[in-house]
Amino acid sequence: MNDKKRSVRRFTALILSGIALSASAYGAAAQQTLTVVSFGGSYQEGQSKALFQPAAKALGITVKEETYSGIADLRLKVKAGAVTWDIVASGSGSAARAGAEGILEKLDYKVIDTKDFLPNMATDYCVGGDVFSTVLAWNTKTFGENGPKTWADFWDVKKFPGKRSYRKGVAGALEPALMADGVPPNKVYEVLSAPGGIERAVKKVKELKPHVAVWWTSGAQHAQLMKDGEVDMITGWNGRFDVVAKDGAKVAYTFNQALLDYDCFAVPKGAPNKDLAMKFLAEISKPQYQAEFTKYITYGPTNKKAYELGTIDAAYAKKLPSYPENAANQLTVNLDWYIKFEAQAAAAYENMLSE
Amino acid sequence: MSHEAGLNAKGLRRDALAERLILFSLSGPAVLLVTMTMLVPVGWLFWLSFLDDAGGFSLEHYQRMLVQPSYGRAFRITFEISFITTAICILLGYPLAYALSQLPRRVANICMIAVMLPFWTSLLVRTYAWLVLLQRQGLINTWGIKLGLWDSPLALVHNLNGTLIGMIHIMLPFMVLPVYATMRSIDRDYLKAAANLGASPTLAFWLVFLPLSLPGLVAGALMVFILCLGFYVTPAVLGGGKITMVANRIATDIELFFNWGAASSLGVVLFILTGIILYAASRLVRLDRFLSGGGA
Repeated sequence: MNDKKRSVRRFTALILSGIALSASAYGAAAQQTLTVVSFGGSYQEGQSKALFQPAAKALGITVKEETYSGIADLRLKVKAGAVTWDIVASGSGSAARAGAEGILEKLDYKVIDTKDFLPNMATDYCVGGDVFSTVLAWNTKTFGENGPKTWADFWDVKKFPGKRSYRKGVAGALEPALMADGVPPNKVYEVLSAPGGIERAVKKVKELKPHVAVWWTSGAQHAQLMKDGEVDMITGWNGRFDVVAKDGAKVAYTFNQALLDYDCFAVPKGAPNKDLAMKFLAEISKPQYQAEFTKYITYGPTNKKAYELGTIDAAYAKKLPSYPENAANQLTVNLDWYIKFEAQAAAAYENMLSE
Repeated sequence: MSHEAGLNAKGLRRDALAERLILFSLSGPAVLLVTMTMLVPVGWLFWLSFLDDAGGFSLEHYQRMLVQPSYGRAFRITFEISFITTAICILLGYPLAYALSQLPRRVANICMIAVMLPFWTSLLVRTYAWLVLLQRQGLINTWGIKLGLWDSPLALVHNLNGTLIGMIHIMLPFMVLPVYATMRSIDRDYLKAAANLGASPTLAFWLVFLPLSLPGLVAGALMVFILCLGFYVTPAVLGGGKITMVANRIATDIELFFNWGAASSLGVVLFILTGIILYAASRLVRLDRFLSGGGA
């Protein structure tokens, strides 16, 4: 009986929302509609609740959300001349390469205000939305709270015996190797850009290869590996570890020597509502939106002002990658290096992995 | 007389033509569907594999495969894994199908359900189920250590072992079904005749039953082998990043180069290699039929 009542109620709700939808579609004729694409999952859910929908309300427009799997999808649309998206969320590296390739519009920084942004988090083609870190994480059951602290520890299988997991893709895989090999963080990209630098880093990863039980490929996977206790030490994105730690996983991580990176928003070449897209990006780059987004996942704001608003709890702020004290201990990922060398580095890395 | 036959032949030919046209129009929707959903996209990807970033003709995607050893290794491991999986499927599937074919039909049907149930379950679900069973703190390692069978967790997954276990489990029904169907259709009188002529049961099996069941075995083996070549999810989940088959490499290349051409060149090579194997095997199957027909 109760079930039946519930299903009737659900049915009514469905009809009502259908009417509301068609009504809003009517409204959209007068109102402008912007199409925003992101990666789906809990990440886009947070973006939707904290950024997209509130900003749409503030600007008096309608935002249609879609999901995609990466820049390759966008490339196809641009090449086919069938761009229906106005804004795409992207990783910083992919966006940098897409920009260099000419499939993104230049952003209008007269409209988008980035004067309070952290350094290097707004490029010609992509404006930073959130900051994340590639960190060293460990199983607290194996190593206790006194876990490894540096990449040298990660490579030290005598002092910290146990199974490792490392990234299968080359992005963010070579920098830790060089730091473990004794290169100071501020020299990492200099060494990587010099002849023989990539080979040196790949050789260092090869040294660790016998101890790597799993080469991870996605954030969901590296989080699950720690939750299952499948490995004892791992690299990965900080927010994912916090999510599984909340679920009871025995995992801790350090921001020391971590790689600071960011996700960003770009406008595809030939976007139908380019000018409106710029205004929308200006809106969601404001500190109050970015502060709100941190409530959904432990990724930090790119706008420093977000910390000064007081809406982020002080204790919670210390857990965010871009919190000044955390950011100071990290190496910021150098996008120019990736534009120039990623394909070459990937080939060398893939050869080492398949040996 | 010859004139009459000529008229008749003309009429017959017209009828045959009309009938053929009707039959062809019946298959029209299917032909159209295959063209639209298979030939056109495959042809398009084939075309893309010869274009560079700027859209000009180029062999760079094929050159890359020759220059970088990791591509050759991906092809080698793909064929190795497919071969091993097929071999083990034959070793497990043939005796199983034989046992089933010897049972009374009703019992055999019930047993077939046990074979078919996993077949009807999603591949993704089964792959993750193996991950849960085989991992370091999974069911098998936990029990094995508790029962004192082994001391430290065995490396059952995130390597070649795990990939093979998952793929064999998924592929086994593809082997059992055609073999079982062929075995069921074998006339038992042949075996009785063999016994009458003095063959022991073992000899009768080798000389009569096995050759008659070969077409089913070859069909099953081909199906398993070719499906294995395109595996993606199972090696990705159970291989721990150490098993890069061609399909996995295609995904990596799409992410890395943002370029369908780089990825489709891999598909083209796999497609051609598979075509060659299919052709060679089809010659073999015909040979088998001929042999078994002669033997019977």
